[in-house]
Amino acid sequence: MSATILGLTGALLVGIGLFGLIVHPTALRKLLAFNLVGAGVFLFFGVVARRAAAAGLPGDPVPQAIVITGIVVAFAATALAATLLARLSEPGEQP
Amino acid sequence: MTVSLLPVWAVLAPVIGLCALLLLERRQRPERVAAPFVAIGLYLSLSIAYEVMTRDAPLVYALGGWLPPLGLTLRADGVGAVLLALTALVMVGVAICAWAPAEGAGMRGRFSFWALLLALWSALNLAFTAQDLFNFFVALEMLSFSAVALVALDGSRDALIAALRYLLFALAGSVLYLLGVGLIYGRYAVLDLAGLREIAQAEPVTLAALALMTVGLMAKAALFPLHLWLPPAHASAPAPASAVLSALVVKAPFLIILRLWVDLLPLSAATAPAQILAGLGGAAILLFSILALRQQRLKLMIAYSTLAQIGYLFLMFPLMPGQDPWLDIGWTGGILQLVSHGIAKAAMFLAAGLIYEALGHDRVNEFAGLARRQPVTLVAFAIAGLSLMGLPPSGGFVAKLLLLTAAVEAGAWWIAIVILAGGILAAFYVFRALGNALAEGTPAVVPVAFYRQGAVLALALCALALGFVPLRPFALLAVGRPLEAMEALP
Repeated sequence: MSATILGLTGALLVGIGLFGLIVHPTALRKLLAFNLVGAGVFLFFGVVARRAAAAGLPGDPVPQAIVITGIVVAFAATALAATLLARLSEPGEQP
Repeated sequence: MTVSLLPVWAVLAPVIGLCALLLLERRQRPERVAAPFVAIGLYLSLSIAYEVMTRDAPLVYALGGWLPPLGLTLRADGVGAVLLALTALVMVGVAICAWAPAEGAGMRGRFSFWALLLALWSALNLAFTAQDLFNFFVALEMLSFSAVALVALDGSRDALIAALRYLLFALAGSVLYLLGVGLIYGRYAVLDLAGLREIAQAEPVTLAALALMTVGLMAKAALFPLHLWLPPAHASAPAPASAVLSALVVKAPFLIILRLWVDLLPLSAATAPAQILAGLGGAAILLFSILALRQQRLKLMIAYSTLAQIGYLFLMFPLMPGQDPWLDIGWTGGILQLVSHGIAKAAMFLAAGLIYEALGHDRVNEFAGLARRQPVTLVAFAIAGLSLMGLPPSGGFVAKLLLLTAAVEAGAWWIAIVILAGGILAAFYVFRALGNALAEGTPAVVPVAFYRQGAVLALALCALALGFVPLRPFALLAVGRPLEAMEALP
């Protein structure tokens, strides 16, 4: 039951994020939307890991490993994009 | 199957070079430290290609002794070996061309350039030897981050905007790809390609996952209609970086798409995905060849030409009708197009960089008199152009002839017409630049070192030499297919 709710929440996050990624013209909003999609995908991986419980295991380690890598990558990417955005909005730069 | 550490070293050697660069003193020149590692990388890649060719078997290494499904393997098969060699060749050409004279400003920019070049090389080698969906993800991320930073290297406002747009497209692509990986893992609990090949069925979940992954990778490979980021990004990067971006970086996601549809879930050529991919490729060829004709700046023209040439790669999907697609001429034609475009486009971007250095601009309409002042660069540009047009003798000619033959054999007339039309349009845009350069005029020219022009010419001649490979399915490109699961460590 909780797996279904988590899965649906993940799907909702991915949906909202993709909508934002396509609709919003500004880069900062696109970056936030990307993070929403990312959160949805990571949640989905959590659901996949939970399903190993059916086999009597506490959880499947492989999806967790992927999520950790994915979070690191998403964090690094957000930092890189934020740096580029900050450089673009520096006072010396023409808008 | 041969167990060998060579693929591991091919991924690691550039990273070791990167660490060595970090130890550099402020006054030392980064290229002096990077150069030995470029040489080592060339040696490793060529030995992998030689080993695969002579043994007629892929080189495999299971990292840490862990076998799939839990462990990760690196595996250089025939196609992988060819692409490793292509990468090494282009990297050496770029390294010679980027070798700056002793003094000169921008030491920090140069340090970043060489560091990112090595990072990019490691990522490419990983993408070409990885065997599972997770390792592909890691390789793609390494690739995107170093490529975005290379685009932003110049630091100008245009470059930063282009880099940001590239990053956002790449991120959207990664997250879609990762979602597809999640679906596959949720359904099969395996990420290894050989393992998936045995159990994957063409059912809705798998197809949805593959569709998500393919769209994500299309954004990274800049296939129409997800191409918007490429022209500004490739045009505003420094020329040696553009050469690597156009020649190699967009090829890695393409290879992964190819492996998804050939190795993971072999689909017959007549199915919808193959037709859709080829349709988008065909649209890219026609649209971007025409847009390339309209560009005023040489680097933008070459960037649009890259978009068109990427379209040719996607034409190969419906042209491999056989049970074993890697034995069809469509497979050989597609891979050969990938290799010959890689070499020719690297030569072309490097030539554009030297022209920019000599003239101080790259406006095509003001090239008059250039041919007389910089003949070696112009000859290199023309030879690379031959390959893009698909005129004999050149690698592009053989590749396009193979694709054309495959299209006629498959009865896909529209593909044959698109290939021919794309060649004619390419001739127009290459001759436009050449014609302007051959006109009479006396431009003010800054001299460019001869060895750099020579490196560009050597690369262009390699593209020409590819024209002498025989016109039939090439045995090396079928080595290591179909995939076999590793049962035990030998």
